[in-house]
Amino acid sequence: MSTDLETIQHVTESEYKYGFTTDIDTEVIPPGLNEDIVRLISAKKGEPEWLLQWRLKAFRHWQKMEEPAWHNVHYPTIDYQSIIYFAAPKKKANSLDEVDPELLEMYEKLGIPLNEREALAGVAVDAVIDSMSVATTYKDKLAEKGIIFCSFSEAVREHPELVRQYLGSVVPYTDNYFAALNSAVFSDGSFVFIPKGVRCPMELSTYFRINALNTGQFERTLIVAEDGAYVSYLEGCTAPMRDENQLHAAVVELVAMERAEIKYSTVQNWYPGDKEGRGGIYNFVTKRGLCAGRASKISWTQVETGSAITWKYPSCILKGDDSIGEFYSVAVTKNFQQADTGTKMIHIGKNTRSTIVSKGISAGRGQNTYRGQVKIAKGAHNARNYSQCDSMLIGDRCGAHTFPYLEVSNPSAQLEHEASTSKIGEDQIFYCNQRGISTEDAVSMIVNGFCKEVFRELPMEFAVEAQKLLAVSLEGSVG
Amino acid sequence: MHSTTESFLKNFALLEHSLNGESELPLHQLRRRSLERFSALGFPTTRDEDWRFTNIAPLAATHFRPVLLPEPHSITPAQAAAIGYAGQSAHRLVFVNGHFAPGLSQLGEVGNGVAVGNLAAVIKADAGVVEQFIESLPATRPDPFAALNTAFLRDGAFISVPNGSIIQQPIHLLFIGAAPSEATVAHLRNLISVGANAQATIIEEYVSVGGGNPTFTNPVTQIAAGENATVNHYRIQHEQESGFHVGTFHATLERASTVNSITFTLGSAIVRNNTNAVLGGPGAHCTMDGVYLANGTQLVDNHTTLDHAAPNCTSHELYKGVLNDRGRGVFSGRIIVRQDAQKTDSKQSNRNLLLSDTAIIDSKPQLEIFADDVKCTHGATIGQLSDESLFYLRARGIGLAQARAILTYAFAEEVVEHIAIPELCDYLEALLNTRLEH
Repeated sequence: MSTDLETIQHVTESEYKYGFTTDIDTEVIPPGLNEDIVRLISAKKGEPEWLLQWRLKAFRHWQKMEEPAWHNVHYPTIDYQSIIYFAAPKKKANSLDEVDPELLEMYEKLGIPLNEREALAGVAVDAVIDSMSVATTYKDKLAEKGIIFCSFSEAVREHPELVRQYLGSVVPYTDNYFAALNSAVFSDGSFVFIPKGVRCPMELSTYFRINALNTGQFERTLIVAEDGAYVSYLEGCTAPMRDENQLHAAVVELVAMERAEIKYSTVQNWYPGDKEGRGGIYNFVTKRGLCAGRASKISWTQVETGSAITWKYPSCILKGDDSIGEFYSVAVTKNFQQADTGTKMIHIGKNTRSTIVSKGISAGRGQNTYRGQVKIAKGAHNARNYSQCDSMLIGDRCGAHTFPYLEVSNPSAQLEHEASTSKIGEDQIFYCNQRGISTEDAVSMIVNGFCKEVFRELPMEFAVEAQKLLAVSLEGSVG
Repeated sequence: MHSTTESFLKNFALLEHSLNGESELPLHQLRRRSLERFSALGFPTTRDEDWRFTNIAPLAATHFRPVLLPEPHSITPAQAAAIGYAGQSAHRLVFVNGHFAPGLSQLGEVGNGVAVGNLAAVIKADAGVVEQFIESLPATRPDPFAALNTAFLRDGAFISVPNGSIIQQPIHLLFIGAAPSEATVAHLRNLISVGANAQATIIEEYVSVGGGNPTFTNPVTQIAAGENATVNHYRIQHEQESGFHVGTFHATLERASTVNSITFTLGSAIVRNNTNAVLGGPGAHCTMDGVYLANGTQLVDNHTTLDHAAPNCTSHELYKGVLNDRGRGVFSGRIIVRQDAQKTDSKQSNRNLLLSDTAIIDSKPQLEIFADDVKCTHGATIGQLSDESLFYLRARGIGLAQARAILTYAFAEEVVEHIAIPELCDYLEALLNTRLEH
């Protein structure tokens, strides 16, 4: 496996600067973080004064905070002063020949179109330009309906009043260590605005956002759905992504007004480190949705297979009466991967409902933790929650952990939490073998059955890919 | 807050003074080390994960007088019999404010190497045994209250059942807190060892008499169950409303042994039960059940840990809570399955009944699993009495209040029915009934 690293290193060493679609110069700034860097980032992006002040406030607050230590993941201390905070454009390989062959093999198995493979592997090719034009076509169609879908920087320029109104309204910069860091130095991200009564006609996905993949390590997403609006947003991609930034701290904010519905699906498959546990992305994400209006609905679906460390808790604040929060998750850890993920459902409004279905799969030496909170506030009459957390262990060196927190201050609430742990039984494998199904296929079949409840929630084409991804991820885990 | 930590440190000097030569023993070095540990840790705050729902500020702000030596008291044997479990018992050891009260106790016949007595006497005779036993308590998590207990270690029950001995009747330990003139604190240490193939049943009961001053009871009970041993342990806490109780229970189980622990928490303003068991030998079984009732502004916090360290062990945990008025319940149950503990079968369930708009419950069932061939489940439910059941009873002419009482009683009774001693069952059912009628 060490050759892997070498290849990647080799690939990354070959310098080619790929320009951003935004007007940022490919200037290199020194590593480290101080107010000047924050000012510099803001200036480079040509941001208005209020945003700079907001960043500075976040930065000053971040300085006063301590890195959290309550999570069940272990990693060497991060030196925040050795990181380059300006979204330095990624170094590109010249062609697919220079890319790690194992990565290519993975693309093959997932059946990813050739041009996309190149883009995903970080090869600078014209295909990216193609997808840009695709994006433009879509944008026109969306604009007709009054939907705004653009990069965050563009939103700041074109729709400052909207950004200013909603930025930090769900995840304030004081929220947590990584959210504060993100607020201070966020590079770029997406902004979506669906006006009153509009149903977004298509899934907003990465497919035509390939050019926006370089948003860097501190991504910021803001989605606002006005009364009666509907949007389904897909983030990430099933294909493994190569990235030399070790620390990722993204923030996602969702706001759903009256009767609005936001469906947010994530497939995360960043570099998980090699088989010895070296390298890999640290993924510290703050995701939160606010069901602000009556009968609004926010649904999170995630398939997490990548990253050396995953730390994310997509949450719903159910403020509006009759609002609904959902969380469906599949998290896979293998080799030395660690995942500490789950959700928070904060019930504030009356008759609010939430559903949590979490499936954790640990293989090799992976450690998988579900950490969730269901909080019923005093005024949340007739709140209802159902949680189910199932773990599957493959191999005897891995771990599965469940830490649910149920906090109830209203007697009319009904909560159920169930968790179970199981493994793939020898008898199940034997049954399949006997019928001519290979062990590998049997495992894939059983695992897919285990995760079915979550995959069902994914948009269709994503669901198919997610199944394949799972099979590929777990390849070789059972011998 | 700090001032009370200091007051405990000051009290320690008084304790050393009262030890009268015993301070030369190595056991006292253990006390000193524990005191240092306590002063380093201080009282926990809600910023500590293990205490995030339990604010012990009222406890930390109260100054408690240490009862360093046995003091005269006015409790009569009849009184002692009336306030606690009065069923048949092989031995009955009564302690007042942390010290053995021989006048109130009834020690039955002991034979075959069985030892039942108070710890202070054992320390005098052979402090080494006590020191060894105490050292075996694993300090897995920083626990300031257990450290405080060891620092002020004076008395408690000492029970040693040798290999193959079976004690048929239960051993009743009654701990009376009495604070007629000022707030007092008792740090009790109960050491119970049950040898291979031996059996014993222990009833550990906490009560208080007279005086409205708060009492602080800080007991630690250690149980060592040998191979194939069976230990039944019933903990009943119904102290006065202004009291504080932080109880630690720790059991270690060897091969094929069984420990059944049931905890009833009915009294005190703030109660914290730390109940831990380590299943250290293959084939061991542990049952850990509990019932907790919180009325008024009571806070009852149950923290349990079941540590599966050996293969083929089973554990079963059921905790049921009834929260009324402004009562607050906390449940945190941890099941750890170590890498070698294959074929573990563990079930945990926490069920809560909220009877009023102002009652609060925080439940935290946790699984930490490092082995793959295991069956582990946990579940938690929080709800209220079902309208259908209430309607059913009311349709049959039973008033609303009584119908609620019946259903609540039925909810809590599930834990009681597992008890094998009919007299104890009756006693607990009566206790539950009295409490639920209010």
